[in-house]
Amino acid sequence: MKPARFEYVAPTTLDAAVEALAEANGQGKILAGGQSLLPLLNFRMAQPTVLVDLNGIKELSFIELRGDRVAIGALTRHREIEHSPLIATRLQVMSAAMRHVAHLAIRNRGTIGGSLSHADPAAELPMMAMFYGATLTVQGPAGRRTIVAKDFFVDALTNCLEPEDIVVEIEFPILQHDGWAFEEVARRFGDFALASIAVNIRRGKSGIEDARVAVMGVADTPLRLEGVEKRLCEIEIDGRMPDRFSGLVTASVTPNSDLHASAEYRKHLLGELAKRAMRTALAAKG
Amino acid sequence: MSVNVSVTVNGTRHEVSDVEPRLLLSDFLRDTLGLTGTHVGCEHGVCGACTVLMDGHSVRSCLMLAVQANGSEITTVEGLGTPEALNVLQTQFREHHGLQCGFCTPGMLMTGEDLLRKYPLATDEEIREGLSGNLCRCTGYQNIVAAIRSAAAVRRENVR
Repeated sequence: MKPARFEYVAPTTLDAAVEALAEANGQGKILAGGQSLLPLLNFRMAQPTVLVDLNGIKELSFIELRGDRVAIGALTRHREIEHSPLIATRLQVMSAAMRHVAHLAIRNRGTIGGSLSHADPAAELPMMAMFYGATLTVQGPAGRRTIVAKDFFVDALTNCLEPEDIVVEIEFPILQHDGWAFEEVARRFGDFALASIAVNIRRGKSGIEDARVAVMGVADTPLRLEGVEKRLCEIEIDGRMPDRFSGLVTASVTPNSDLHASAEYRKHLLGELAKRAMRTALAAKG
Repeated sequence: MSVNVSVTVNGTRHEVSDVEPRLLLSDFLRDTLGLTGTHVGCEHGVCGACTVLMDGHSVRSCLMLAVQANGSEITTVEGLGTPEALNVLQTQFREHHGLQCGFCTPGMLMTGEDLLRKYPLATDEEIREGLSGNLCRCTGYQNIVAAIRSAAAVRRENVR
């Protein structure tokens, strides 16, 4: 299991990287953290003629506060997000999700731009991009443009980018909250999720005023459940709330069966995680 | 196409020319530098046997190209302690019999070193979560967890 031959390019600017990709005529691949690409190269499932290594482009690695948003450079490693005080205090749900992202050695190398671009339907960062309604900035031969997360994830392992596009940074809006929760079950801790749910609620005078709900592991892309969010604002907060929420969530998804779990099991699991998540979110503040 | 790789491994500087860009760091360490302590198991980032430290952080050497290590400092299992003077974690692996066949041990040790630095490891759950990316096909996890639990306690004592 060794990669096939390729040309290796290690540009130090984004412009040079876009140029190198464009010259590869669709046969190039971007190397960021390499934690998904290297297995594909080792198995020769991917045989690019040119590998464009972004790791020398320092401007792509940062976490910064921009008013009511947090911007994260595409080359920022999972480890840096996991241990960032800024993320811990501004994007709490994402901070909680980070320890579920693969394993220590993978978090040390893997990058947010890479994870989003790989678009695994059971990976935490694509789910967080959907949950927060993140905006990705992308650079291609024609310059920069922005893409919202909802448009970015097209299908399992498929994003909307052209071959010569590079993700530059991702902006996450900060959510106000009175309670939140992140729940996930994987077969082995750190593996891709069988099912996961993220919840954020704001309370008004008589119930929930604003809700945010995203799930993964139950469709070809992570999903934001806007219908459930609306319904949550219409129902009373009482002891039945977690069960009712669970019913709304499971009624909104149609998971597939695969090697790891049946559709019925994934749905049941998601329902249980939804109950737990709502209990946690409601318990946060009276 | 070939590239030059300049890397410090266990404190020794190596300048190697004519490296194919597709050469994995794991094969570079084992075949080019002759450091066979780093074991190669699955070669696609699942088993954790090939884990080494790069600039102090654990990485899977089968998921990196040798050329990507250019300019960095690598520590392999050979760089931890010597047979005469094992380091704290190695000593605890010996005390607790934290190995059976020994194949996964280099990866367990290098992961353990990184875990000890980054997390308090106050509970077994935390240790097990931390080790979840390393497979022991002898299934000897109990003693590996015990060894790391002990090493964390020794480290806490030393810090006090």
